[in-house]
Amino acid sequence: MTIPFYVAPEQLVRDKAEFARKGIARGRSIVAVDYAEGVLLLAENPSTALHKISEVYDRIAFAGVGKYNEFETLRKAGIRQADLMGYLYSRDDVTAMGLATAFAQTLGMIFTRDPKPFEVEILLAEISDDGAEHRLFRVTYDGTLYDERKYVAIGGKAEQLVEALAELWSEGMTLEQAFTTGTEAFRRAEGRESEGWEVAVLDGGNGRRTFRRLDPAEIGSG
Amino acid sequence: MIEKPLGPLPLDAPVPGSSFTDLLESLGAAPVISIPPGTTLPSVPEGTTVLALRYEGGVVMAGDRRATEGHLVAHRRIRKVFPADRYSAVAIAGVAGLAMDMVKLFQVELEHYEKIEGIRLSLEGKASFLARLVRGQLPMAMQGLVVVPVFAGYDDKEARGRVYTYDVVGGRYEETDFGSTGSGARLAKSYLRTAYEDGMSGEDATATAINALVSASTEDTATGGPDLRRGILPNVVRIDALGVTEVTDEDIFPLAEAAVENIK
Repeated sequence: MTIPFYVAPEQLVRDKAEFARKGIARGRSIVAVDYAEGVLLLAENPSTALHKISEVYDRIAFAGVGKYNEFETLRKAGIRQADLMGYLYSRDDVTAMGLATAFAQTLGMIFTRDPKPFEVEILLAEISDDGAEHRLFRVTYDGTLYDERKYVAIGGKAEQLVEALAELWSEGMTLEQAFTTGTEAFRRAEGRESEGWEVAVLDGGNGRRTFRRLDPAEIGSG
Repeated sequence: MIEKPLGPLPLDAPVPGSSFTDLLESLGAAPVISIPPGTTLPSVPEGTTVLALRYEGGVVMAGDRRATEGHLVAHRRIRKVFPADRYSAVAIAGVAGLAMDMVKLFQVELEHYEKIEGIRLSLEGKASFLARLVRGQLPMAMQGLVVVPVFAGYDDKEARGRVYTYDVVGGRYEETDFGSTGSGARLAKSYLRTAYEDGMSGEDATATAINALVSASTEDTATGGPDLRRGILPNVVRIDALGVTEVTDEDIFPLAEAAVENIK
């Protein structure tokens, strides 16, 4: 019989957190930027097949950084939950707040219970239907939930991106301005040109399902 | 019982695949599919005539607004034509309560698949799935609670509108020109058989669809004709390469007025 080594809980948590942070830092970052008609989500993503940003519900979008299979699992679980609640009750009863809390609890439970934490960071954006401020949520690998306004960044370069956005962001931007702001923030944070953008918006003008993927070339020209 | 919405999300899908209906079934929340044997059937509202016809570059779908319960009018303004997703629509006839539930499930199913997979189902795939939902109603149909839809949409691979009709056991039939279901379907179809022309414009097809409904309503008491005084007009949707558009009451009114005027 082997006797397991004793590891202090502080040490265990520190090690897990460091492991998760390293994994997340390897991937590229994502920002969400509030503009006049909605929220723009912008990811540096050279692949056109694998998405980091996706639709969850009528007014809610999801973005994830880190290990693809892990945030993909979370994304699908979130969509299942949202569609179930919307079907059983009403479409109005599905909120980003509820989903963000569920993601936070899920990630928190995995962080404490499983030997390997998820190496992911999650972003949820929700546009309001009454012209009030849009809501942005960020959930970290250990299940900590942050309620953000105006702009938010996740991933290895999140801090630098938020710093850049603090200077660049302004109230009531158009979609083009928001896109320029986002790309400029990436340029400053990364210190290089992007290898490809994945762009999507939640825009109140799109009808019931507000989520649309956009072609970066079209935003630049139009 | 459905798991409470709060708390950690179940990360493993309870069923393989991307079907919302399977998910509901695995959780025991799918619509009830049979009534106990030996019990008497309740009297329930039934929806009547709906139809769809193809035109050059798309398809138009229309339905009257009446629901009947026996010989009585149960509802004057129910809706029987629904967009299923951006490029397809479904119209229903039969037991209204069950049919609307089926439409709701079908709509969520298409959207759920699209979000999970990141790609829309093909039109053929949507039509097949609807057949499965109709077949699921078979135990109810055996007891007299029948639901039969018409499905139509724009097929972007073939760049044309397509129409599918169904039977009680979930049989799916693609129609070359038009399809109809409900109590007034025979009357509507015999009108369409003479009025339909290949390569019609969207406007002509819309007018023809309304004429067919009016024609059916003159002989079938369960089909509600346009009620111009109360402003009760048929529901009409058009689906083309740009997606589903609901034809507005302002556009329908003159067509309905002309149809009522011209009918013998």
